[in-house]
Amino acid sequence: MQKATIQLETLACPSCLQKIENAVKGLNGIEKDSVKIMFNASKVKTDFNSKAISIEQIEKAIEDLGYPIIKSKVKSA
Amino acid sequence: MQRYILQKKNHIMLISAMLIALGFLGRFGIDSMLIFNAALITASILGIAPIAIQAYQALKVKVVSIDVLVTIAVTGAILIQNYEESAIVTFLFLFGAYLEQRTLNKTRSAIKELTELAPESAWKQMEDGEFEEVDVDDVDEDDILLVKTGARVPVDGTVLSGEGHLNEASITGESLPVSKIKGSEVFAGTILENGTIQIKADRVGEDTTFGRIIELVEEAQDSKSAAERFIDRFSKYYTPAVLVLGIIVWLFTNNLELAITVLVLGCPGALVIGVPVSNVSGIGNGARNGVLLKGSEVINDFSKVDTIVFDKTGTLTIGNPEVAESAFYGNNKAEVLGYLASVERESDHPLAKAVLQEIGAAHFSTVEETEVVKGGGIIAQIDGHRIAVGNVALMEKENIVLSEQVKKDVQRFEKNGSSLVLTAVDGTLQVLMGIRDQIRLGVKEDLQKLKKLGVKNLVVLSGDNQGTVDIVARELGLTEAHGHMLPEDKSAYIEKLQADGQIVAFVGDGVNDSPSLALADIGIAMGSGTDVAIETSDVVLMNSDFSRLPHALGLTKSTARNMRQNIIIAVGVVVILLTSLIFGDWMNMSIGMLVHEASILVVILNGMRLLRYHLGGSKTNETEKAVMNQTETNSAA
Repeated sequence: MQKATIQLETLACPSCLQKIENAVKGLNGIEKDSVKIMFNASKVKTDFNSKAISIEQIEKAIEDLGYPIIKSKVKSA
Repeated sequence: MQRYILQKKNHIMLISAMLIALGFLGRFGIDSMLIFNAALITASILGIAPIAIQAYQALKVKVVSIDVLVTIAVTGAILIQNYEESAIVTFLFLFGAYLEQRTLNKTRSAIKELTELAPESAWKQMEDGEFEEVDVDDVDEDDILLVKTGARVPVDGTVLSGEGHLNEASITGESLPVSKIKGSEVFAGTILENGTIQIKADRVGEDTTFGRIIELVEEAQDSKSAAERFIDRFSKYYTPAVLVLGIIVWLFTNNLELAITVLVLGCPGALVIGVPVSNVSGIGNGARNGVLLKGSEVINDFSKVDTIVFDKTGTLTIGNPEVAESAFYGNNKAEVLGYLASVERESDHPLAKAVLQEIGAAHFSTVEETEVVKGGGIIAQIDGHRIAVGNVALMEKENIVLSEQVKKDVQRFEKNGSSLVLTAVDGTLQVLMGIRDQIRLGVKEDLQKLKKLGVKNLVVLSGDNQGTVDIVARELGLTEAHGHMLPEDKSAYIEKLQADGQIVAFVGDGVNDSPSLALADIGIAMGSGTDVAIETSDVVLMNSDFSRLPHALGLTKSTARNMRQNIIIAVGVVVILLTSLIFGDWMNMSIGMLVHEASILVVILNGMRLLRYHLGGSKTNETEKAVMNQTETNSAA
């Protein structure tokens, strides 16, 4: 299990949160309960199974929604 | 393509503003409906593009967002050929989003300032022994790093060699430089003001004290109170409900214009953003002022506090009893002090520690036949002399005659609030010492400020004897004082207060008081920023600074009030818009969008006021505090 912290460009609308949350939770290999979108810090935190999904795939899902990613960090949890 | 359009949102907004201006110029300047329509249609289509993309993305992940409402409304307006409305509404929506972004960044500025203090790079010792600059993420525990003058310490570590002065303001809020030598701990985010040091990395990245503080503040800013979670759930269903309402209106009245107006008016903007914006500003203000507030639930609870319970030692007092005054009556001072030190060495009583600290190096002798007199002191034999160390009661019991001079000194010391330690050798009084624990600087004013802020009861609970506690309570104007309290007595007392329906905050040092900290409605830890207390409490006063407490309370009160104001503004706006839609005839889509965006800006600006919150008068008190320094009271252990 890996732990990802993804820093996004500043989020402005609270409905962005819902969008990102639903998108990330909809991916395979994501620990759904661990998904946390921080509005003010504009960060996404989630645990994921590195065998089922890569950090690049998670990043792509978020970027496809139109939220550019500044940087992401992965740690083993 | 999608991303390109979204990135150019601000440009689109500008172009659409110019097109709208051009259109109106065409219509009223040269009376050309062709220019008017052409310009406005272009503006509408340009403007709706980024909104429609966002709406599409939201629908893809099954979210009915505001973008969806606006897209449908604008499409409807274009269909009924009301280009004026469609152009103005899209422009206002984009412009509002732009302003929202700008002002929101302001409310987040406090935490941003903090994160910008995070070190980016480090000089790491490579295998060949040379130092090389690397990204801070590439530093691991046990790496050896070089910190140069003016640089930020990249990790938490221990000094291996060199020395210097560090500014630890980012951790403790205290800007006076601290001297560090070999073996000292250094913290990430602090600045080396002079010297050069080599350190060994103990904790890196998010595990450093600095990383934990940032994480904590970030999480606090996004934490939600029960009320907010309700609003969140509400808005999740609210937006789809507005959509359904719009469709119903259209089906029943066959009035598409009215239906799309409903869609625009129903946007829930200010309601969703109002409370978080107060929260983020309030917590940001706290973080900048040495007060860590852990989330909006804490803010709500603390703002309603009735009773604040203090631990005495280490909270109201510095927690380090010292010999404040002494008098000698014999001739052989060195010998007597040697006896005294030898006896006190046997004891672990706090007063004994203070005495030993005062004497320092002494000639220690073998102590025999030590007898502890409960509530009195110690009697022992050294080199055939009978030594009695203890209070006045012990001296009377030993039939030691106190001269007039001694009695006068005893009275004077007691009046100063000292605990007394008398030493007699072979029945003659030789030394009198007065020991005190100092009350923290300015605590009295701070307590008065708390009372002014509406705290009803200020209670001190202490393990000390009742007499000492009473003196502190009287000096500080506390409402209640209880001594002889064990940690479990303290938590039982808090439980009793809570059973009486009071909201109780407990202020302690977080180590031995953890049951009380956990049990109280609000646990406030006096933390040096490095304590575990950061994790366990609801509020942390950085650098153990008691004077931040009134600021913390005032801030939570203002923040809670600010949240209520924002809810009232948001709900009020929706109510006014809907009633005027039903009863008035001046309402249309553009005005609705204008009011809607304006209300969002109003709640953000209202929230931003909290960033500048400052408790009245707390700046001017610095001189008073210096004066207070002189006023010391008894509070020996």
